[in-house]
Amino acid sequence: MSGTFTKAMARNIFYGGTVFFFLLFLGLTFDTMRVLPKTDNRHNLTPGAVAGKHIWETRNCLGCHTLLGEGAYFAPELGNVYERRGPDFIKAWMKAMPTNAPGRRQMPQFHLTDQELDDLVEFFRYTNGIDTQNWPPNIEG
Amino acid sequence: MKYKTQAVAMPYFIAAIALFVGQIIFGMIMGLQYVVGDFLFPEIPFNVARMVHTNLLIVWLLFGFMGAAYYLVPEEAETELYSPKLALALFWIFLAAGALTILGYLFVPYATLAAATGNDILATMGREFLEQPLPTKIGIVVVALAFLFNITMTMLKGRKTVISIVLLLGLWGLAIFFLFAFYNPSNLVKDKFYWWWVVHLWVEGVWELIMAALLAFVLIKVTGVDREVIEKWLYVIITLALVTGIIGTGHHYFWIGTPAYWQWLGSIFSALEPIPFFAMTVFAFNMVNRRRREHPNKAAVLWALGTGVMAFLGAGVWGFLHTLAPVNYFTHGSQITAAHGHMAFYGAYVMVVITIISYAMPIMRGRAANSERAQVVEMWSFWIMTISMVFITLFLTAAGILQVWLQRVADTPMPFMMAQDQVQLFYWMRQWAGVTFFIGLVTYLVSFFIKGETKPAMEYKPATA
Ligand code: HEM
Ligand code: HEM
Ligand SMILES: [Fe+2]
Repeated sequence: MSGTFTKAMARNIFYGGTVFFFLLFLGLTFDTMRVLPKTDNRHNLTPGAVAGKHIWETRNCLGCHTLLGEGAYFAPELGNVYERRGPDFIKAWMKAMPTNAPGRRQMPQFHLTDQELDDLVEFFRYTNGIDTQNWPPNIEG
Repeated sequence: MKYKTQAVAMPYFIAAIALFVGQIIFGMIMGLQYVVGDFLFPEIPFNVARMVHTNLLIVWLLFGFMGAAYYLVPEEAETELYSPKLALALFWIFLAAGALTILGYLFVPYATLAAATGNDILATMGREFLEQPLPTKIGIVVVALAFLFNITMTMLKGRKTVISIVLLLGLWGLAIFFLFAFYNPSNLVKDKFYWWWVVHLWVEGVWELIMAALLAFVLIKVTGVDREVIEKWLYVIITLALVTGIIGTGHHYFWIGTPAYWQWLGSIFSALEPIPFFAMTVFAFNMVNRRRREHPNKAAVLWALGTGVMAFLGAGVWGFLHTLAPVNYFTHGSQITAAHGHMAFYGAYVMVVITIISYAMPIMRGRAANSERAQVVEMWSFWIMTISMVFITLFLTAAGILQVWLQRVADTPMPFMMAQDQVQLFYWMRQWAGVTFFIGLVTYLVSFFIKGETKPAMEYKPATA
């Protein structure tokens, strides 16, 4: 680097640039929070869906599945499972686990009550309604 | 070693390496579960193995960063560590908390663990990488703050070099952004939005400061290049990192319910994120080429150069591969993501921690560098692990391309599990590459026990400070 570009200049650009872009990021965050009500499906975030999210988290479902494309890649995407399979299938599926089919990937039995299963389905109904800019490309997730 | 309190770094480095071994063992378990689905089921379900694998990774990297700071800051500040006792106490607290957490994952059902640790009062668990029970999360914050206090006080009482300032900025940022781990709104979109403030703003933000500072430190030591030059580079690199990386967070805001403008912002800024990684590579090679001395620790130089190259490949090239919104639309949450995650974490953070360990450990053991023979073994481990990681990445990328094609692009899309069956071959190959990675890691461990002729550390006199 040439002699005219001093360390002090490099330092000032660092602090200035960081502060500028961080403030810009905060501004964009603020704007995102402002428009989220239009896309985040919050009117379907019912008490059941809230309870369902808690069940989703405390069973660590994300440790195998993706949800809106984030999580683990061992088992299918569940953000749109409500649409792909429907409520009854989901509940029956949860009750039938594990399949114990030899050599096949296994999902644990979580012993959820009927109420808990309803909440979970309600959570999937909520996630399914989030406006994800048309992701995933098709129903298979 | 210039200051005797730098020695507290030693237990940190040893713990880091031990946990690294644990991480890889669980990686191999999961890799096998990918192809032999019922392996160890129901004793260790996949999700449990995954928590152990990823959390051990984070924890050992944190051990590595802390050890690095305890070693580096006193030397840069030219003074003893503010409180070596505190550093040692924190070591045991962190180790105990980490071990208890892992045992909890393995032996207590996750829902029970959650209920028993206050997750009903403040729900923070069950989110990727942030699976730790509340007491562990609080413990991390407490340990981090006490650690930051210790090294900040050390710096304040001594020389304030650019390297230690940048390192401290990175470490403070690490602690501050971790606080978002405690924010878990029921609104899934907001939950995801702020989750990335921990994960993305760590690996593509403040951790890059830590990485650049550690590399700069080791490069000064092994090349003897003028500090002024290195410090200017350091500022340029971290400017590039944050200017691109902060708005670059947008590459995670494409499909999670956030506004469409993030597709533009995220694509453009994150497409520039490879630049700081490229700069780090150029920087490392440049400094080594301009070296003013032949440092006896060849292995450390190799790790430093390797960090530059592999971080650029894993984060830069593999990151760029799927970061543009039209591409990410198809690759989001596929094996491509896993391929990138592996090479980026390995190339940037695993390798930089091993670089500083490779440089500092022999000195703490009373010699300028390990014996020739020990170094040869260490360099073998470098090549075995690094080449294995390249293959893990290539096989996962192949699996990912096929998966995306079968499941998301083809005219009649295949269900997830069917597509997985189609790519089994690549998962087997990944598994074998994983086994060779483990062999490389064992080779690395062995290198610590190889004796031979060494020069005492004191005899070695640096040309310039
Ligand atoms: C023996 C070698 C390894 C094997 C077989 C292995 C295997 C795996 C598997 C199967 C997953 C889960 C993927 C999924 O969610 O479906 C995973 C995740 C992960 N592993 Fe490894 N791993 C290995 C080494 C490593 C190393 C050395 C690192 C660190 C550099 C690492 C970092 C990670 C990370 C960050 C994730 C989460 C990835 C993501 O969310 O995209 N692994 N690993
Ligand atoms: C050392 C730095 C980096 C590390 C350690 C890293 C690691 C990771 C990991 C572990 C994930 C998966 C997160 C999850 O589980 O959902 C991820 C996702 C991603 N990374 Fe990186 N990354 C780094 C740098 C970069 C860079 C520089 C770029 C862009 C040029 C990039 C682009 C992406 C993208 C687009 C995703 C989302 C993938 C998806 O949609 O599924 N990363 N990264
Ligand atoms: Fe990112």
